[in-house]
Amino acid sequence: MSALTFTLTIQPNQRVDMSPLVCQALQQRELSEIAAMPLHCGKKTLRVDELFTISGSDSSHIIIKNSFNKLDFIGKDLAGGRITVEGDVGAYLGLGMLAGSISVVGNTGLYAGAEMKKGYLEINGNTGDFLGGALPGNKIGMKGGLILVKGDAGARVGDHLRRGMILIEGNTGDYCGSRMIAGTIAVMGTTGQHVGYAMRRGTLLLWNTPHISASFNDCGTHTLAFLPIMFKAFATLNSRFAESSTAFNRVQRYAGDMAEMGRGEILVKH
Amino acid sequence: MIINGVRIDATFAEAFPMKATRAIITAQNEKWALIAAQAMTGFATSVIACGCEAGIERCLTPEETPDGRPGVAVLIFAMGGKGLAKQLETRAGQCVLTSPTSALFAGIESDIKIPLGKNLRYFGDGFQIAKVIDQASLNPSLAKSSSTTKRYWRIPVMDGEFLTEATTGQVEAIGGGNFLVLATSQPQALAACEAAIDAMKKIPNVIMPFPGGVVRSGSKVGSKYKALNASTNDAFCPTLKGMTNTDLSADIESVMEIVIDGLTKTDIDLAMRVGIEAVCALGAQHGIKRISAGNYGGKLGPFHFHLQEIMA
Repeated sequence: MSALTFTLTIQPNQRVDMSPLVCQALQQRELSEIAAMPLHCGKKTLRVDELFTISGSDSSHIIIKNSFNKLDFIGKDLAGGRITVEGDVGAYLGLGMLAGSISVVGNTGLYAGAEMKKGYLEINGNTGDFLGGALPGNKIGMKGGLILVKGDAGARVGDHLRRGMILIEGNTGDYCGSRMIAGTIAVMGTTGQHVGYAMRRGTLLLWNTPHISASFNDCGTHTLAFLPIMFKAFATLNSRFAESSTAFNRVQRYAGDMAEMGRGEILVKH
Repeated sequence: MIINGVRIDATFAEAFPMKATRAIITAQNEKWALIAAQAMTGFATSVIACGCEAGIERCLTPEETPDGRPGVAVLIFAMGGKGLAKQLETRAGQCVLTSPTSALFAGIESDIKIPLGKNLRYFGDGFQIAKVIDQASLNPSLAKSSSTTKRYWRIPVMDGEFLTEATTGQVEAIGGGNFLVLATSQPQALAACEAAIDAMKKIPNVIMPFPGGVVRSGSKVGSKYKALNASTNDAFCPTLKGMTNTDLSADIESVMEIVIDGLTKTDIDLAMRVGIEAVCALGAQHGIKRISAGNYGGKLGPFHFHLQEIMA
């Protein structure tokens, strides 16, 4: 069986809510039924086949071709299976996803992986603000799973992150790890201002020394046993994180944010 | 059955169901991993009074351990799951947490989990840090396997951090496989047992929990003293040959026993076979006369290890 493929034929002016097109919602459905499913586009409701040509039949693997940056909510609440996106995507990629994997070839908008519970989200390009964060007004962001970004990320990476891992090969914007409750964020590139702002617990693992806020205290240089175990777990990833040359276990440890609970840590490669 | 002049009795060892777990201790070097492992498996020869039976299964190379340091695998056996969990936690807390440079990991997979460092984390007094590694997220093909999420605790201690996995698996196991070495002198019995233990240590999934793997005070069920459940196995005591219903011939001057706990019957079968083979390799010319086994008439333990079948 070939993957169920949606090829975008027109780029509407308004944003499209792609949340109905997830693996679990398309099981046991005929192509004609899928073609007739409604998609919200701005204030209009369009049929799927007004935007996409559809081919293939394996709903456990969905491919979205010719995607662009107004396709929002791709993989929302995904409960299993695989979604591959060729092109850019809009906001809320993998919002609240429960299992499975999503891979995006291009860039993504705001709130990618926000409030995701489990699963694997791979972004090969850049991503916007609030990666793995909490929706406005909510107090708990990503609760599990793994996000891998091969490009750069925007501001507020892992805002309110509760559990899970966010790996970024590139750079991040300001307030990386802001208001983290727990979890791990690893950044190979540079970070912006106010790293770990108001973080309670959790780990920020950085390859480059950031500007450390006054509310973080230096705990010295240490060899930490859990780092080799974590890097070993990355070995299956298609990423620079999987390369043994990137691994290290000696770090400078900063504890904070002392303006908050202060049980978090920024670990900088030493 | 006679092998190299050694008579193999037509009897069997009687063994019991137990619960078991394996833990992996690592340290800066093998010396310190072994020190922690020896402490953790100390005073664990018999469930009769120790609460569990434990031993070092084998040393592990850095490539075999989760954190890439030298390590030691230990097996712990107890009569029930609660007892096993209590013993594991107590021993981990007092013997491994305290041992310099050590780290502690699960050594066996099972759907039944028992705490390893899950409760030791409170030693961190609020400074402890959990790290969860979700293999299912890292590798979606593993999503359907039973335990893909591993939780580690980083507990700050004076030499750095004590890293421990939160839980380990609990599995069904068998305790009490055994055989007796009957020799014409004490040094010969001990030499034969040492040879057996050397061979049996190479077998995975088994431990020989007594000192050096050998027990010289085999017991029988019951006693003339009401308070005791077990007492000396007088039928195999050479000094009592003339005053009890002895099982020893006139030429036997010393008997030693090797007790084996294993994860499966097959593991114990194999360990007994290589052990008895090593004893028999010394043969009658080194004073080894008989191999026998301890049982309770076959009515107490569901697992029977027939010596002649094992050696067939």
